[in-house]
Amino acid sequence: MSDDHNHHDGDDHELRVSKIRSGTVIDHVRGGQALNVLAILGIDGSEGEEVSVGMNVPSDRLARKDIVKVEGRELSQDEVDVLSLIAPDATINIVRDYEVIEKHRVEPPEIVEGVLSCPNAGCITTSGEPVDSRFEVLEDGVRCDYCGTIVRDEIASLIDT
Amino acid sequence: MRHDHLITSKQLTREDIETILDRAAEIDADPSAVADRHTNTLLGLLFFEPSTRTKMSFETAMKRLGGDVVDMGSVESSSVKKGETLADTVRVIEGYTDALVLRHPKQGSATMASEFVDVPLVNAGDGAGHHPSQTMLDLYTIRENAGLDDLTIGIMGDLKYGRTVHSLAHALTNFDAQQHFISPESLRLPREVVYDLHQEDGGAGIREHESLEEVLPSLDVLYVTRIQRERFPDEQEYQKVAGEYQIGTETLEAAGDDLTIMHPLPRVDEIAPEIDETDHAAYFEQAHNGVPVRMALLDLLLSDDGAADRRGGESDE
Ligand SMILES: [Zn+2]
Repeated sequence: MSDDHNHHDGDDHELRVSKIRSGTVIDHVRGGQALNVLAILGIDGSEGEEVSVGMNVPSDRLARKDIVKVEGRELSQDEVDVLSLIAPDATINIVRDYEVIEKHRVEPPEIVEGVLSCPNAGCITTSGEPVDSRFEVLEDGVRCDYCGTIVRDEIASLIDT
Repeated sequence: MRHDHLITSKQLTREDIETILDRAAEIDADPSAVADRHTNTLLGLLFFEPSTRTKMSFETAMKRLGGDVVDMGSVESSSVKKGETLADTVRVIEGYTDALVLRHPKQGSATMASEFVDVPLVNAGDGAGHHPSQTMLDLYTIRENAGLDDLTIGIMGDLKYGRTVHSLAHALTNFDAQQHFISPESLRLPREVVYDLHQEDGGAGIREHESLEEVLPSLDVLYVTRIQRERFPDEQEYQKVAGEYQIGTETLEAAGDDLTIMHPLPRVDEIAPEIDETDHAAYFEQAHNGVPVRMALLDLLLSDDGAADRRGGESDE
């Protein structure tokens, strides 16, 4: 479940972001995407969550990476899936009592529902109908299941917050 | 067909299309044979946007199958005005009828509506989205005039906003068809439609052009759509392109004798009236084909097999 490479990385960011007791560490997020990761998870600090964010820290795997640590919260598989849209290289570490008890790589889902809002103003999902948005995940973007609009860049800007 | 709803031509396989067209041909040959096939059947017409022809064509089709239609009336006079959601409207009208036809200005509306109802729903145009029953009558007309295999078709005009064009292009990828898309640069096919067409048929049969000249001699069918003045930022821009995409008798000197000219109508000045009297003109026939094709669609969607599937019977899907 672990490798030396990650341990090395772990030591590296230890200096910048404090250890958490129990919760989730999202590592290897592409540089500059950490706040979008929080947006996808619906975390804005208003619930009193304890969150540490490191942005643009040096990394072996990515030139610069972000890291997000959320105390007291274990991510669900759905949340992890959706994260893959903006952080395809992320690793997710679930921590209990300062120990990493699970470590996964994100895996793009086939469909994301109710997370992104369609950028097409002519799309029925943006008209106050009682439906969740639904996007098919393509190799290089997402596509609205209702109107067919494809979004390749700026997926994070569609996050429904 | 094993579909409960007809939302887009993309959902149809070649086999589905042939089933619909064959059924339409049977009905066309002997309409009286199906005159009482769907007595006591009520079709709900939900037109949130005016479209006299499509609406009348569905209405005629249902009545010729022995059924009847109910109509929500104009949008202005209906509960839509009071802010009712489409999801609520279709759930209410579903309770009155055996099938629904929906025309709505928003893209994706038919997909969404179909998720709220159990009766068959036919998309009769969802904004810039899809209009599959138009595609079926287009294919029917093409098959009658030129055949669907080994076909070279030119599709010309406003390819950017034309949902009938997008729908037809998707459906044609099921056949051995070379598709030439002819339009001004500013009205080219949307990139995502091109993306899909390449996915669907490997892209081998798709070419884009700005001028009709180079491809006209090779065409079996020329499908013309209207270039709308209001799509252009200024009148001058429009005038520059408009003339290039009009078909007159002199245009046809370069065309093959068997060229079939189609148009979803209404036309303005894309096709000169002199063409109407020639053997090339298939657009009125195309419009008339709307009735047998929609009869076939309704018949297939309302048939016992389809109904059994909807009640949870065996379906392959
Ligand atoms: Zn959409």
